Amino acid sequence: MEQLYTKDTQAIFWNNNKTAIQRMLDYDYTIQRKTPSVAAIVAPTSGNKFDKFFFGPDEVMIPLFKTTAEAKAAQPQADVLLNFASFRTAYDVTMEALEIGGFSSMMITAEGIPERLARGMNQTAREKNVTIIGPATVGAITPGAFKVANIGGTITNIVQSKLHRAGSCGLVTRSGGLFNELSNIISINADGIAEGVAIGGDRFVGSVFIDNMLRMEKNPTVKYMILLGEVGGTEEYKVIEAIKSGAITKPVIAWCIGTIAKYYDSGVQFGHAGASANGEMETADYKNNAMREAGIHVPNSFNELPGMIKSVFEGMNLAEIPEPEMSTVPAVRRSKEFICTISDDRGEECTYAGFPISSVATPATGKGIGDVISLLWFKKQYPKWATDFIETVLKTVADHGPAVSGAHNAKVTARAGKSVVESLVTGLLTIGPRFGGAIDGAAEHFKYADDNGLTPKEFLGHMKKEGIPIPGIGHRIKSLKNPDLRVTGLMNFAAENFPSTPLLDYARTVEALTTSKKENLILNVDGTIGILMVDMWRALGYSEDEINEFIASGTLNAFFIVGRSIGFIGHVLDEKRLAMPMYRHPMDDILYDVPEAEEI
Amino acid sequence: MAQKAIREYDAKSILAKHWNKYFPDFTYAYETVMVQNGSELNEVAKTASWLNEKTLVAKPDMLFGKRGMNDLVLFRDAKPGDVSLAKAASWIDEKSTGDQSVYFSFDENDKPSGEPSVDKLTNFIVEPFTPHEQSEEYYVSATCVGDNDVIYMSAEGGIAIEQNWDAKVIEVAFPITATEDEIAEKIRANVPKDVAEKNKAQFAEFCIGFFKAYRELNFAYLEINPFVMQGSKIELLDMVAKLDDTAGFMMVEEWGDVEYPTAFGMEAKSPEVEAVEEADAKTGASLKLTLLKPEARIWTMVAGGGASVVYADTIADMAGIDDLANYGEYSGGPTTGETKFYAETLLDLMTREKDPQGRGKVMIIGGAIANFTDVAKTFTGIIQAFDVYAEKMKAVDLKIYVRRGGPNYEKGLKDIKEAADRLGLYIEVYGPETHVTDIVRMALEK
Repeated sequence: MEQLYTKDTQAIFWNNNKTAIQRMLDYDYTIQRKTPSVAAIVAPTSGNKFDKFFFGPDEVMIPLFKTTAEAKAAQPQADVLLNFASFRTAYDVTMEALEIGGFSSMMITAEGIPERLARGMNQTAREKNVTIIGPATVGAITPGAFKVANIGGTITNIVQSKLHRAGSCGLVTRSGGLFNELSNIISINADGIAEGVAIGGDRFVGSVFIDNMLRMEKNPTVKYMILLGEVGGTEEYKVIEAIKSGAITKPVIAWCIGTIAKYYDSGVQFGHAGASANGEMETADYKNNAMREAGIHVPNSFNELPGMIKSVFEGMNLAEIPEPEMSTVPAVRRSKEFICTISDDRGEECTYAGFPISSVATPATGKGIGDVISLLWFKKQYPKWATDFIETVLKTVADHGPAVSGAHNAKVTARAGKSVVESLVTGLLTIGPRFGGAIDGAAEHFKYADDNGLTPKEFLGHMKKEGIPIPGIGHRIKSLKNPDLRVTGLMNFAAENFPSTPLLDYARTVEALTTSKKENLILNVDGTIGILMVDMWRALGYSEDEINEFIASGTLNAFFIVGRSIGFIGHVLDEKRLAMPMYRHPMDDILYDVPEAEEI
Repeated sequence: MAQKAIREYDAKSILAKHWNKYFPDFTYAYETVMVQNGSELNEVAKTASWLNEKTLVAKPDMLFGKRGMNDLVLFRDAKPGDVSLAKAASWIDEKSTGDQSVYFSFDENDKPSGEPSVDKLTNFIVEPFTPHEQSEEYYVSATCVGDNDVIYMSAEGGIAIEQNWDAKVIEVAFPITATEDEIAEKIRANVPKDVAEKNKAQFAEFCIGFFKAYRELNFAYLEINPFVMQGSKIELLDMVAKLDDTAGFMMVEEWGDVEYPTAFGMEAKSPEVEAVEEADAKTGASLKLTLLKPEARIWTMVAGGGASVVYADTIADMAGIDDLANYGEYSGGPTTGETKFYAETLLDLMTREKDPQGRGKVMIIGGAIANFTDVAKTFTGIIQAFDVYAEKMKAVDLKIYVRRGGPNYEKGLKDIKEAADRLGLYIEVYGPETHVTDIVRMALEK
């Protein structure tokens, strides 16, 4: 890894820190990245599936996940973890991500992680060859490619400090605030930075100066390096060793802050937790002298650092860096109230999931209503056997006579003089757990039994314990000997056209058991539809989670609603045609039992 | 947030609390009390009967060592081991009255070297006198060196350990990821050869438990010098300990009510510093304040852990430390209210007295270019503090120098300039185009 990040690097952001994420996306847009640098957000307590962020003038949706594992599974290409958990949980988050694997670097922002935990975390990462930036850091940046969270500050400051494109300097600091300051100084006195890392202020940080500088040594974009150290610790000596051994050959400019500490006893803690000298070697003066002796360019004070940078940089006679084209983030942006992901009427012709209506409407297109449903409901082009099945279902459930509660309601409403839509709606409102709901229920319960490997007997036992009659089983008059031909039709279609029907096969074994108890406990039409829908989705490659979500969101019910609307409208139009009068239920059909109310 | 020294009494109390977990094969009587004066000792003796029944040892428990060399360990009245409760109480009263001089370093002839620290002795630890042979004294300590944990073991304890360190002390280092089995095996294999053969196994077991306690209880440093081992009976004669206080949130139960005292000779924390520490503990942001020389004329209110150090360095370089009143920093996006409180604390301190030499006072409101702190928002807090303290600020002829960049800095700078002008305060305001510490030069040239 020569470069910490590239223009394709994507991150998983742990904690939905909206400001920081928006700053990353503003940066992405400014430097004309193709993809947002944040691929997923882990938000353990959020119930949302995504959050909206601006990408230039437009908005993009970044998916939200409850766990790092889910986020990583969904976005495996994202190999950077930006861990914005608090000091109480940052360790656990890092360790879990190290366990999951597939990350090349992790940045940890929390300050004050218990030292023993930080050491264990850093060591584990080292063994797994994962670069840790932090803890207690604002992060790192590869200008023109990828920026961590808030580093560099606002987009205005980023452009001012030339952090929007690669310069020549490799910058390492402990402090995050001074990192920004140094970027500014380097942009004024030289040509900006090629890569920069604020290693973090805690005593035990993951990657230290030398780790980052050895990488920068190999990075051809980096022509020279600047190190801003602090009183305390001995990390600067590793850099001196690397220069002496020839592991670092590029020019290095360095300064250790905290020269004041020598005037006070160790009781005064200057700066970061890591900044406390144990012994003379760890004082700023001692380190500055040692670095100077090793041939590092060390100014006499921090105030002289800008001049030192200027003279070293000018002495190198580097070619001028061309200024790249940039996009400008609009000053005023308005967040969209609604999101639509299925159809688009902004172009010449309205499209269904990208397909112009004319390309699916006429018979010549070869597309049917099943295709339109697959586009608008599932945003996919289902194969013919699946769209044929959907149409078969719609036709099968279109009507079941005037006596069922929905049709009855629609008829009564129509006779009250109400419109088609009003009458239809009263019919539709009866659809639910008792009317039409068996499709949902059958899919849900049979799938549960199959997923959990229950034998038919165990399944029956389970449903009995739950106190629910098995949805999709049982018919008023039909039996195995006198089969429901709608069911036979669906099953024959599936047998001929589905690649496989594992859930139906399972359901048939359950049916064998129930019909052995009572003849009419057959798999009925609702059950068959629900079960075959699951088999259809399985064959289409949906994951079990996605199918469970279809069931939970009421998709199966939706097929029944669409199909049965055809029948309801038929009954309403029938009433209109017949011009039947207002309906009043015969009183002799009602059992009146009305005792006088008691006083309490 | 760092490694913090705790009292010997608290160190012993923590080990005693978890004794059976770490030292199941050993016993420790945990006869130890901490008192501030003789009458408190007499009071404690009403419930701790051993104080009446046994002869005693008393010494200050105030984070410093070399108490014997400073003649601050009471173990004899007429002869060694004859100290009664009454004697201990009167000795404590005597030593806690008035200032005491304590030397922290001694030359090779055990003569004090350097200047003594002078302060009051306020805390004493009292324990039974434990008769034992020199050969029953041992040394063990543990700390973190580089990336490793290191245990130091010696067959000889006592104050001489430092002189004989290389010859007598065995060091064993462990990576942070070492397992309990690896640790135990390596400690057993490295018992100092001077430990008598019959005691070697027992010594190793004690050290294994000690090192486990050091690791699991989040000590940053733990030393027992010496401990006495008589069969399975252990006495902890002297202990030094530091805790990693960042682990405090996980160790509430384990550490109990532990105190982080100010070192002997260091001035007690002022109420202002304590108030800032309290505010710091409650916020996700960072608020730090150290008073260096409150009568000095240059005060800093600097944002950022790094920038604050750079300002302090520059002031020390250009003006010398005699003019620097404080060190501190605020960072991590404090709220307007938190910034106001912090600014008021500083303004209150800096406007109490005029400069004895008649010069005006200087307030440096500095900072680097912020990454995410909203400059206008934090400056609003500072402006609110100006409103309260404007008259007092004028009375000490305070000149304000501001330099800051970052989110919303233009508004912040404009607001603070307007506020100062409105209140009739002297102010100079600079943004990121000015070098971060250049305002120190400007202030000193005036």
